Amino acid sequence: MSQDALAAPDKGGGLFDVLRRRDLLRLIVRKELKVRYRSSVLGLLWSYVKPGVQFVVFYFALGVFLGLNKQPNFVIYMFSGIILVNYFSEAFGQATRSVVANAALVKKIYLPRELFPVASVWVAIVHFLPQMLILLVACFFFGWTPTIPQLIGAAGAFVIVTMLSLGLGLFFAAANVLFRDSENIVDLMLMMATWFSPVLYAWYLVRDTLGETFYFFYQLNPMTIAVELFHAAFWSPTSAVRLAPEGARLPENLLSLWLPVGLLISLLILAVGQSAFRRLEGRFAQEL
Amino acid sequence: MGSEAIVVENVSKRFNLRHTRSLKETVVWLLKGRRGDLSSTFMALDGVDINVEVGESVALLGLNGSGKSTLLKLISGVMTTDSGTVRTRGKVAGLIEVGAGFHPDLTGRENVFLNGVILGMTEKETAERFDAIVEFSEIGKFIDTEVKFYSSGMFLRLAFAVAVHTNPDVFLIDEILSVGDEPFQKKCLARVQELRDSGCTLVVVSHDLDMVSKVCDRGVVLRQGKKVADGPIGEAVSLLREG
Repeated sequence: MSQDALAAPDKGGGLFDVLRRRDLLRLIVRKELKVRYRSSVLGLLWSYVKPGVQFVVFYFALGVFLGLNKQPNFVIYMFSGIILVNYFSEAFGQATRSVVANAALVKKIYLPRELFPVASVWVAIVHFLPQMLILLVACFFFGWTPTIPQLIGAAGAFVIVTMLSLGLGLFFAAANVLFRDSENIVDLMLMMATWFSPVLYAWYLVRDTLGETFYFFYQLNPMTIAVELFHAAFWSPTSAVRLAPEGARLPENLLSLWLPVGLLISLLILAVGQSAFRRLEGRFAQEL
Repeated sequence: MGSEAIVVENVSKRFNLRHTRSLKETVVWLLKGRRGDLSSTFMALDGVDINVEVGESVALLGLNGSGKSTLLKLISGVMTTDSGTVRTRGKVAGLIEVGAGFHPDLTGRENVFLNGVILGMTEKETAERFDAIVEFSEIGKFIDTEVKFYSSGMFLRLAFAVAVHTNPDVFLIDEILSVGDEPFQKKCLARVQELRDSGCTLVVVSHDLDMVSKVCDRGVVLRQGKKVADGPIGEAVSLLREG
């Protein structure tokens, strides 16, 4: 029975602890999904309805009234960006709230606390996948012929957004335990997220209007990189865009330079978030 | 390899009683040159040493606010020490509160699995013990009903049933043997004694002195965060009764 050595009860392996308790992670994700859609008729279908309505509103407001529709396949352009930002918003927003929302558990039973933000990101992935499926169906409908590097870019974009939202989520979840203001700060950040990356407009408008220097920092935003990678993978290889006279205007060196830069920045943010979380974790039980 | 299950060395825990919770007030306080005290502190535990051997059953006794529950939370890992170290051997299950981790919107069955895994079992182990858990709880056909519709007695019985079927190496119990009606209490007590006899290390916090006399061999008395007595349970209980 006592083969194990004496060890501190709080082993503190950080995110690696989460890997060791995959059983628990899976159950928490299942719980979150069940609880989210309790007594709801549409259930998981809501994850289609909400982005659907949002999409229709943007399509009419921007595409039809503001005339952005004149771009070839603006629908695909917009949708591929929106689903990525939605994924980011849900993952980041819910991860921020996750520790406080599970206060009853955090205070009473020892679990790797990283489980809660990780579970939130996982739930966001569950909601992201059906939207991704819709995007793929639409792409095929518009004559989609992607290349392998473009698809690798899309996978890279997904990794970037996942690491970014988990890193920010860990950081703000820990901060939220000490200061509930964090939730509102995060809401503000999410409100701006749609506009700080080229989801509803084209990236070169930023460069042409605000200059190269500003554009450089704009492009350092991992979300901008991820959204452009999605445009490259899903919007640019559709037939109308390929046949258009000006073609698809994408930032230069997207795959060779910006993809690694985006991965690096989001990995850095993940490391910062994790270490802040670890530092504050010991105080969770008494502060909640 | 030693034979201690829990080693608590010179552990202190200080609580900050923060008076403010908003960022604004903190910023104002910082701008004013940190005038005034933003928080006051209080020592919940002050230099406590305890060694518990494998298979021992120890009661932590003391009046309200003496630091018993804090010590239990430190052993379970929920809280971290300010100074000193806590080390444990093997799997520790902390029952700081019955039903922590139960979600009212899930059914009894779903909660059994969630709670079982939270308490350190694998999903497979929980499935194997599922029937025993349901039988122990006497919930019967209500197991597939959402927990929010349970009476408080049913809720506690199911939560306790999960907890006592986890088979940990070290079992921490905080004032929870007083759940349910008398027949169920007796059953709980019997189950805890069974765990003890099978070699499980027990640490019990309780105000029910008769109960701890039955379950534990050793008593540790805490007073205002300091250990004041450590010995056979009879002596500890009589010390506490005399005041």
